[in-house]
Amino acid sequence: MASHGIRDRVAIVGMGCTRFAEHFDKGAEELLVEGANDALAGAGLAKQEIDAYWVGTAQSGMSGMTLSKPLELEGKPVTRVENMCATGAEALRQAAYAVASGAYDTAMAIGVEKVKDSGYQGLNAFPIPNDGTPRTLTAAAMFSMVVPAYAHKYGVDAEVMREVLARIASKNHFNGARNPRAQFRKEMSVEQLVAMPRVAGDLSVFDCAGVADGSAAAVVCRAEDAHRYTDRPLYIKALSLVAGNGKPLTDPDYDYTTFPEIVACAADAYAQAGVVDPRHELAMAEVHDCFTPTELVLMEDLGFADRGTAWKEVLAGAFDLHGDLPVNPDGGLKSFGHPVGASGLRMMFECWLQLRREAPPERQIDTARSLALTHNLGGYPGEMVSFVSIMGTEPA
Amino acid sequence: MRGIVSHAGYLPFRRLDRSTIAAVAGTGGGRGTRTVASYDEDTTTMGVEAARLALRSAPGIEPAALYFATAAPAYLDKTNATAVHAALRLGPDVVAADTGGAPRSAVAVLRLALAAPEPALVVASDMRTGLPGGPDESAGGDGASALLVGDATDGPVLAELLGAGTATEEFLDRWRTPGELRSRLWEERFGEGKYLALGEHAWGAALKHAGVAADDVTNLIVTGSHARAASGLARRLASPSSTVADDLAATVGHTGAAHPGLLLSSVLDSADPGGVVALVSLADGADVLVFRVTEAVRGFTPSRPVAAQVAGGGPLAYGKFLAWRGVLPVEPPRRPEPARVSASAAGRHTGWKFGFVGSRSVETGDITLPPAVAGAGGPLEPVPMSGARGTVATFTVDRLAYSPSPPVVFAVVDFDGGGRLPVELTDVDADGVAIGDRVEMTFRRLSTSDGIHNYFWKARPVRG
Repeated sequence: MASHGIRDRVAIVGMGCTRFAEHFDKGAEELLVEGANDALAGAGLAKQEIDAYWVGTAQSGMSGMTLSKPLELEGKPVTRVENMCATGAEALRQAAYAVASGAYDTAMAIGVEKVKDSGYQGLNAFPIPNDGTPRTLTAAAMFSMVVPAYAHKYGVDAEVMREVLARIASKNHFNGARNPRAQFRKEMSVEQLVAMPRVAGDLSVFDCAGVADGSAAAVVCRAEDAHRYTDRPLYIKALSLVAGNGKPLTDPDYDYTTFPEIVACAADAYAQAGVVDPRHELAMAEVHDCFTPTELVLMEDLGFADRGTAWKEVLAGAFDLHGDLPVNPDGGLKSFGHPVGASGLRMMFECWLQLRREAPPERQIDTARSLALTHNLGGYPGEMVSFVSIMGTEPA
Repeated sequence: MRGIVSHAGYLPFRRLDRSTIAAVAGTGGGRGTRTVASYDEDTTTMGVEAARLALRSAPGIEPAALYFATAAPAYLDKTNATAVHAALRLGPDVVAADTGGAPRSAVAVLRLALAAPEPALVVASDMRTGLPGGPDESAGGDGASALLVGDATDGPVLAELLGAGTATEEFLDRWRTPGELRSRLWEERFGEGKYLALGEHAWGAALKHAGVAADDVTNLIVTGSHARAASGLARRLASPSSTVADDLAATVGHTGAAHPGLLLSSVLDSADPGGVVALVSLADGADVLVFRVTEAVRGFTPSRPVAAQVAGGGPLAYGKFLAWRGVLPVEPPRRPEPARVSASAAGRHTGWKFGFVGSRSVETGDITLPPAVAGAGGPLEPVPMSGARGTVATFTVDRLAYSPSPPVVFAVVDFDGGGRLPVELTDVDADGVAIGDRVEMTFRRLSTSDGIHNYFWKARPVRG
């Protein structure tokens, strides 16, 4: 019994990503067709040449017909997957494993979310009939509890903590301003962000991910076939998923300064990929900055910074676009927006652009290192699913 | 010997300063304060709180019957006492039933319980409202009382019933058609004359039945929604040897069905052995109950004396009061309203939802809230947690989440003796919470959807 991974056995040979925005003029159907066509074009394949499809959506459709109907697929296996905010990444994990198994030559993973049809701000969970006792707190409020916990544990002054969080949001706005697909393309200064009114704990609206509609897709094939479709494939080094058991939520020893599921997931991913020093082996990382304190804690949980030091690294600019390890060079959830089912694939799309040096020059990072990491989480502190992928331009 | 073996009153935390009413309503108001049930309380939840206090003071006495009386039931057609029964974790053999409609039903069911052969818990709860600026809005109060009635064989009798008297007559003094917010009143003098005569009639009958003289009465309680009749009768019945109990009008207001039990509990909180307590209730007639206080009161510790609750409390703006009562509909949060509770899901989890019962691992002793699912790990045993106190480990204020009265104040609570639950706080101001605060659990109504009240527990600060 072991998690072996599929290091270098599967490659991404085409990717697509729509603009993330309040697409009041587009439904999930239009977004799916746009994302799929974009990825197919990149791989130079027709939709009927894809052997199997996985469509990830949290709550914009049921069953594989969410995709097969708008894309007018004929007799294709299409599976809808859902794993909260790791949904898009989970679709890729399924597609990649299916190809690695030999069952299919080519597969597509596509994620979509149409969140702006609900009539409410923010994300609203699909209601499952229950006994009325589950808490109804917003995700923002749940993650806001990280702020005082982290500040208390590491002796960070409240004002400094506020600046750290604003620094994270400001960086992601800076990057997003250089991304034509991003929802928010406006730079925000630390001073502006610090002054925003609080809506949940110490968080303002600008500490929260953008809420946008969008779609992103990837075409995968066996690594040895990759050059039939592209000169510069991305090789999958690791795909790791951990579904938490919720125990930290009711464990008095849990202190809200770490996400144990992510620590476990990262360790599995690094083992699959053979990464021992992520801070210095990765060219970039796309992480799940659903809220600014989440990104702060992720820097430590993913091993980019030592415990209790991420706040200093943030202030020092270590994770800036041209910092030591660029984090969220596309603007992240904060600025790119967060169509739940698409976000995991959107992150991989940025790796696709950056490692292939196809990002716009104003946000192209240094690619002397050849590996990139993406990370998603779905849920709340103490009860979450975590996903980590690692991909690179060099096969083993 | 039969009588009261335990008792408690429950007053909600919030207080409305009557002097703030006229500035908004243009009329009404007055001096002093009245109690106000929180937006997440109703007569059922307040009844639970009073009953918990009464049962806590009398460990080991299990009632065979639970009678719940209110003039403001949370449900019609559906029995409200069953929710109280579930929150108290009473056994299936304990009958639980409502009496209601008029405040008199509370005294009537107390009389029945005193005449019954088994220990019985009489819970009375009420919320008094009226139109803005009206006399009931100002003079009314919200609260609950719980009287555990039994024989000496059930437990030490604190107040032995010596006798009772009653008088009944059909006349119109106060009335309300179902669904109306406001009671209507006939002119005051007519009812006053009726009540004075009825009260004296019942008084004479009760003293005779009890075999005591008027001068033997040491504590006189006279209560009724007709304040002028009650105070007038108290003057007539008082003797040099009796003390007339504070009717709590200045601080609490008249809590309708709950008031006779509330005042009796308040008197018994500090009564001396040997005293004779006469409870006179004027409600569509008159009922008089005469008790003798026993030596057992010396060994009885009220869980939370009524006087301490009267002295506590926090202010509530009149606008919030109107909003909480539904009189002033305010803009709701722009979030989806909660879905209705699933009857079957709630039915599978009554221990957790109503009783706040978690699970404890037999092997490790670890407590899990909500209870762990049997079969996944080692053997489990139920662990009732509603009486446990806890400490705020961390907290947040959510200005985005849906709440009938935003913002949501929410804390991660670590319970003494183990167990942690992230849970909503209540009876607090958003800026009044700190890590390390001590909290206790309270039974509340989280929301109402499709007419279904979603009852569950919240944490509130331990005060006093």
